[in-house]
Amino acid sequence: MLAYIIRRVFQSVIVLLVVGLVAFSMFRFVGDPIDNMLGQERTQADIDRLRTELGLDKPFPVQYFKFLQGAVEGNFGVSYRQGRPVSTIIAERAPATLELAAVSGFLAITLGIALGVFTAIRRQGFAANAIMTVSLIGVSLPTFLIGILLIYIFSVELDLLPSFGRGETVKIGNWSTGFLTASGLKALILPAITLGLYQMTLIMRLVRSEMLEVLRADYVRFARARGLTDRVINFRHALKNTLVPVITVTGLQLGSIIAFAIITETVFQWPGVGLLFINAIQFVDIPVMAAYLMLISVMFVSINLIVDLLYYAIDPRLRIDGRTA
Amino acid sequence: MTLLDIKDLTVEFPTRRKIFRAVNHASLVVEPGQIHGLVGESGAGKSTIGAAVLGLLERPGHITAGVISFKGDQISGLDDEAMRKLRGRSISMIFQDPLTSLNPLFTVKEQLVETIQAHHDVSEGEATKRARDLIDRVGIPDPDTRLNQYPHQFSGGMRQRVVIALALCSDPDVIIADEPTTALDVAVQAQILDLIKELARERQVGVILVTHDMGVIAETTDLVTVMYDGEPVESGPTHEIMGNPQHPYTKSLIAAVPRPTLKLHRFPQISYGGRETRFAIEDLARNWPKTDNDMSKPLFQIEGITKRFLLRKGLLPWDREFFTAVDSVSFDIRPGEVFGVVGESGSGKSTVARMISGLYDVDEGRITFDGQVVSDLSDKAALNAYRQEIQMIFQDPYSSLNPRMRVDDIVAEPIRHHRLLEGNAIDKRVRELLDQVGLGAEAAVKYPHEFSGGQRQRISIARALATQPRFLICDEPTSALDVSIQAQILNILKDLQEHLGLTMLFISHDLPVVRQMCDRVAVMKGGKIAEIQQTDDLFANPQTEYARELLELMPKLDDLSTENLVAES
Repeated sequence: MLAYIIRRVFQSVIVLLVVGLVAFSMFRFVGDPIDNMLGQERTQADIDRLRTELGLDKPFPVQYFKFLQGAVEGNFGVSYRQGRPVSTIIAERAPATLELAAVSGFLAITLGIALGVFTAIRRQGFAANAIMTVSLIGVSLPTFLIGILLIYIFSVELDLLPSFGRGETVKIGNWSTGFLTASGLKALILPAITLGLYQMTLIMRLVRSEMLEVLRADYVRFARARGLTDRVINFRHALKNTLVPVITVTGLQLGSIIAFAIITETVFQWPGVGLLFINAIQFVDIPVMAAYLMLISVMFVSINLIVDLLYYAIDPRLRIDGRTA
Repeated sequence: MTLLDIKDLTVEFPTRRKIFRAVNHASLVVEPGQIHGLVGESGAGKSTIGAAVLGLLERPGHITAGVISFKGDQISGLDDEAMRKLRGRSISMIFQDPLTSLNPLFTVKEQLVETIQAHHDVSEGEATKRARDLIDRVGIPDPDTRLNQYPHQFSGGMRQRVVIALALCSDPDVIIADEPTTALDVAVQAQILDLIKELARERQVGVILVTHDMGVIAETTDLVTVMYDGEPVESGPTHEIMGNPQHPYTKSLIAAVPRPTLKLHRFPQISYGGRETRFAIEDLARNWPKTDNDMSKPLFQIEGITKRFLLRKGLLPWDREFFTAVDSVSFDIRPGEVFGVVGESGSGKSTVARMISGLYDVDEGRITFDGQVVSDLSDKAALNAYRQEIQMIFQDPYSSLNPRMRVDDIVAEPIRHHRLLEGNAIDKRVRELLDQVGLGAEAAVKYPHEFSGGQRQRISIARALATQPRFLICDEPTSALDVSIQAQILNILKDLQEHLGLTMLFISHDLPVVRQMCDRVAVMKGGKIAEIQQTDDLFANPQTEYARELLELMPKLDDLSTENLVAES
């Protein structure tokens, strides 16, 4: 077990290194940061001096190596645009994104599983069919369009909820939270729905098809023949078996909730790391882009590791060595 | 007092085109301590009766006529909740496949305790105690450890014991056992049947035993009802029905069961219902290349072949663990003979077949075919030429045909692969083959799912014959089929051997079938060969203790009376 975790962490490090290498090889194509940094009255000497100062005259593997050297010490460099350390900027922005992702992830998982189970059990019912039809919209509409529609209905027409920003936030240590104020909570609703809707419908449809499969299994028929109640059969026997494959997909989806927060954050002007990244691209702010990409890959990799460990927790067949099976 | 009384039961499944009547006016009675057998071929409606009693009919099936009573009270037509209370508590069920009927994610204890608590108002401690006693009662050694294990840690036979323990949790009065031993080995089958018999006597439980196996019926049941096409054709005490069947279907069903005692030239086929399909061996033989079997030397020489499977991967050689599936096995196969390999599951018989066909590499030892060493062929052309000479017929006719390929493509594939024919000639050959195996040339444009199990096995045979091989490997070719279909397929194989001079390796766990099919037999146990003998000698006078045990354990029909039946049909 321990050997397994060590092996997985080792693999994860390799994945991170490759992601970083690819990222750095791409930065050259985003544009020249010097253009944005120096004003109209720049001279060639200024440009050359700044370029050397930032290390941009070196080939990208060398730049990448420098970045790694700093990253190991916790130093991600200084933002070209803001002139502040990248780690400080990300620390400021991360709570907004993480709160948004947590709320929409929670909504997606709970509602997705609940509705999936419901539509599987009441397969023929009117409500289940209605939910399935509506869920098609969730799968097929692009995120930004859903966001704009929600803003139009709830902010412009009904004027119930704010259309942008986080509302008032409260600082607890370094963490700024929107959970503690009424306006903060109100501001969370629309972005969270926008971000989580696609994942929710996906999880729901997946749970439904897995559940239908499991309900046909022999052990479910046998449980029924033993006179167990429907509640026990559906929520104990069937649901646990349903979750085994669902967990993989859900894990990947949670990663993409954080990654795709970019679009939602742009639509709602949500002051998170996604918006930070979009702005960084416009200004070719290489240190910010690099740090953001590394952060996202660390999250993806660790979520996947957790998912694999969850398998062990749920499925006893994996826990025992091949020898005893 | 009668436990279960089924009167005039009719079950229908409405489909889009027509109403399918799965059970037609069936009646049967179960008394305490009695085992009532329900026998028939697939599609006879025997399992449907069991499901109807428990109220577990798959939608849209429903009872359209008849009454089911339990201890005098009508239970057919009760609502879901009342039915649920009855299930388990009064009527319980044992399913066919012990590998799939236990929930893999819960321990045996969790599943037992949950079921006990669903029916009895007892504390968890008390329920655990009862669970332990049950596990002990069904004959699982070391119940305290076993209780906390998961289903995958049990063998097939042990799992079926757990299933029986689960069915007993609620002290039911009636148990419906649906093919409880079909998925098990002979030795394990005998133990499970004994356990069911014991429990029926001891607890005065009434049992409905659903099976397709006449041997199981003869050995286990007190009463038997024979089903054909949804209708009970004959019913009565087992010894009477088996000894003196009246209905023509019962007669031919009993006659079609392969005998371990007497070797017949052909398998008697079930004549009732006119299901016999022709096999045009003469047409096939006309175009078959003449094989002159050189009887002086063996066709196959298998010398000390060994196969190991990696159980645990490891970077260092001493970290790795192997399981030796086949352990220095040697035998010869003479030209034109049918060589049988028997043994329980896990004895390595299928692995031997796969090594001979080249699907598995040979770790040690040597295989010689017709004077040429084939176990380590690296020359592509020579390997292809060898593969053209040997073909395989697999056990499961459902998974051995690609469901996305049309039948003509399936049969043509080996011809195309070996470039035996070109263009229209392929098509012509495929249609001939399909016609010769009795499917008709029109089968070419259909897909496998449009055929029954027996018909699919005919497609497999056509595919195996497509390259005009000299050697056929048959890996349990009929164990998934009904007796009547089994007889047809086995007769086809016999024809192939007689008229085309094909040599065969015939693998089976079914001793009576082996007796009928094979010239010589090897008995395998734990990857080794226990003994090799002429078939008749093996059955008359087994040399090893293990072979003797196997022969003891196979379910037997009471033969005295049935030999005339065989003669009759």
